[in-house]
Amino acid sequence: MTELFAVEDLRVQFSTPRGQLNAVRGITLSVRAGECLGIVGESGSGKTVLWRSAMGLLRGRKVTRTGSARLEGRELLTLTPKEVRQYWGTHIAMVFQDPMTALNPVRRIGSQFVEALIKRKGMHKDAAMARTIELLRLVRMAEPELLVRKYPAQLSGGMRQRVMIAMAIACEPKVLLADEPTTALDVTVQAQVLELLSDLREKLGMAMVIVTHDLGIVAGHTDRIAVLYAGEVVEMASTLDLFANTKMPYTEALLKSIPRLDGTSTDMMEVIDGAPPDPMAETVGCFFAPRCKYATDKCRHEHPELVDDGTGHFYRCFYPLGKQS
Amino acid sequence: MAGSGYAHLRDSDDVVLALRDIVVEFRVGGGRVVNAVSRISIDVRRGETLAIVGESGCGKTTLGKAILQLPAPNTGQVMFEGTDLTKLPKEQLRSARTAIQMVFQDPISSLDPRMTVGEIVGEPLWIWGRGSEADREAKVRELLNNVGLDPELVLHRRSYEFSGGQCQRISIARSLALEPRMLICDEPVSALDVSIQAQILNLLQDMKDRYGLTMVFISHDLAVVKAVSNRIMVMYLGKICEVGSPDAIYSKPAHHYTSALLDSVPVPDPAYQRNNVALQGEPPSPVAPPTGCRFRTRCPAASPLCAAEEPLLREVAPDQFVACHHPRL
Repeated sequence: MTELFAVEDLRVQFSTPRGQLNAVRGITLSVRAGECLGIVGESGSGKTVLWRSAMGLLRGRKVTRTGSARLEGRELLTLTPKEVRQYWGTHIAMVFQDPMTALNPVRRIGSQFVEALIKRKGMHKDAAMARTIELLRLVRMAEPELLVRKYPAQLSGGMRQRVMIAMAIACEPKVLLADEPTTALDVTVQAQVLELLSDLREKLGMAMVIVTHDLGIVAGHTDRIAVLYAGEVVEMASTLDLFANTKMPYTEALLKSIPRLDGTSTDMMEVIDGAPPDPMAETVGCFFAPRCKYATDKCRHEHPELVDDGTGHFYRCFYPLGKQS
Repeated sequence: MAGSGYAHLRDSDDVVLALRDIVVEFRVGGGRVVNAVSRISIDVRRGETLAIVGESGCGKTTLGKAILQLPAPNTGQVMFEGTDLTKLPKEQLRSARTAIQMVFQDPISSLDPRMTVGEIVGEPLWIWGRGSEADREAKVRELLNNVGLDPELVLHRRSYEFSGGQCQRISIARSLALEPRMLICDEPVSALDVSIQAQILNLLQDMKDRYGLTMVFISHDLAVVKAVSNRIMVMYLGKICEVGSPDAIYSKPAHHYTSALLDSVPVPDPAYQRNNVALQGEPPSPVAPPTGCRFRTRCPAASPLCAAEEPLLREVAPDQFVACHHPRL
C-alpha cells in the first residue's frame, strides 16, 4: 500500500507569555490509501493540533513547526498559505467537531456549497447546484431540493454534520480528516454518522482519519489506531491488535474508563486519576508515569522510546502489558 | 391518552418527588405549539437516582427544568416532599428551590467568567445569608475539598483557567452549597472526555452517598446512565416509552425504542458485530407529533393499531413498564 499522507517527527510549539508550550512532541505516522486511521487521546493530547498544523491551519509567528508533513510526497510545511490552500478540499478535506458553528449562519446551505464548487471545480452555477443536490442525497438527506434553500439554524445537529460531510467530500478528496465528528451528537445520530462515514469511504475510495477521545467510537470503524498522550504517540497498532493485545497501561486505562453496557455494573467506575502533564513543563521520564499504576523508578527517570514488537505494534513503555516482568 | 398512564407509579411513603400529568408546551408563532412534554407522570423515592434518557428534543431537559419551575409546566403537579411547587407563591417557591439544585450540561458556560471560584461556590450561601463570612469561607473550602479540588489552589482563580472536568467539579460544589435534598443533573458528562466522564460520575455517586441526595440524572447515553441509576425512564417526543429497573431495561428492553437506543451505543470491541441496524432518521417534529404511538414512524413493529390508539404504560415484568402495543417480550 502506498503512503498517502505522512507526518514525520512533527513538533509543534506555541509561544505563550508563560513560555514555550509543547503541543506535539515528535509524532511520526502515516495514512495509506483507502485506509482508516483512528487518532485517540484526551483533551490536550495534541490530537487536533497535530492535524491542524500539518494542514497549515495553525501557523504564524507564535507557532513553531518542525519535522515534516507530506501529502503524496509533497512537503506541506514549507508551502505558503496560498499554495497549501490548493490542497484543501481537493486533496485533504476536514469535518470539524462542532457542526453548529462550522457553517455560516446567515447563508443558505445551497449557496455555501455552490461557492466551494465554483471556486475549486470551476463549475457553472447551475451545474454546481445540481451537484450539491446529488451530494446531499449521497449523505442520505431527505428532500435535498428543499434543503438547499434552508439556513443552518433550521437543521438539527445530525443534519448539519451530514451537510458538513457532504461539503467535505464535494471535491473528492483523497484523505478525509474527521476531527471529533460525533462528539456533539446524540448516540443514535452518532451511530448513523459513523456508519455514513464508513460507507462513503468505501464508495469513494478515500483514506480517512478519525480523531476522537473515545476508543469505543473508533473500534468498529478503523483499520489502525494511534493513541496519543501529551503530544506523543504512545501506542499504534491495527485496531484488532490494539484491543486484543493492549500493551500500553494508558490505553488499558482509557479502555476501562469507557462506560459499557455489558459486563457487571459496579458501583464505581475505573478512572485514570490525576491529569496529563503540564505542556509547559520539562518532564523527565515517561509522561504517563505519575498516573500509571505499574510505574517504577525507571519510568520516572527515563523516557521510553516508541518500539515495535516485530508485528507492527508500536508502544512506548518499559513494561508493556501482557509480558511477564 | 397514549404513552401516558399511571401503572408505573408507586404508592409509598418515601416518594420525595411525584410528577403528575406534566405538560409543557411552547408557542412558536403561527398558532403552532411545540409539545415538549406531554402528560408525563413519574415518581422518585428518597435516595433513588432516576435516569431520564432520550434523544435531543425528546423533552428530557424541559422535564428536568419543569421540576424547578424553570419554566413551570402548563398543567400538572410537581409534588416535592408533599408540597405542590406549581401552586407556591413566588417567595415560597424561591426558598423551596434551595432544596433542589441543578448541575448543567455545559460546565464552562454555566460558570460566570468574572467571578472567582470562591465567589461562585459561595454565592448561594451569600444570597441566603447562611452563617458569617468566616463560616461561609470554611464551607466553601469544605465543598471544594469534597469535590476533589484543592481550595488553596482554586479559590482565587476564575473558571476559564480550568478544564471542563474541573469546571464540572466546581458546578457540583456550587450545587451542593445549600445542602439540597435533590440534585438534578442535566447531561453532566456529555461535554467531557471519556476518561473524565468516569471521574465525574464517580464523584456524583460519592456526593450522593455523602449528602444523602436523591438524584434525577438526564442523559442521552444509556451506557453512562447504567453506572449511576436505580431506575430508568426512556422518553421519546415528550412521552414515556419505558420505565423500569436498570437490570430489566438493559437485559431485556421491552420497547423497540429502548432496544434501538441500546444498539446505538458504541461498543469498544472491534470484533463486535451489530445485530440490528441502528435507528434511522430523526424524531419527527414535536409541533405535529404522530397520532397514536409517537414512535411508530420509526418503529420496526408498527401496525395500524399504533396509529389509531396511543399505548398506555403497563407492567410487562416486575418493575418494568412499557407503553407499546407490541412489546419485544
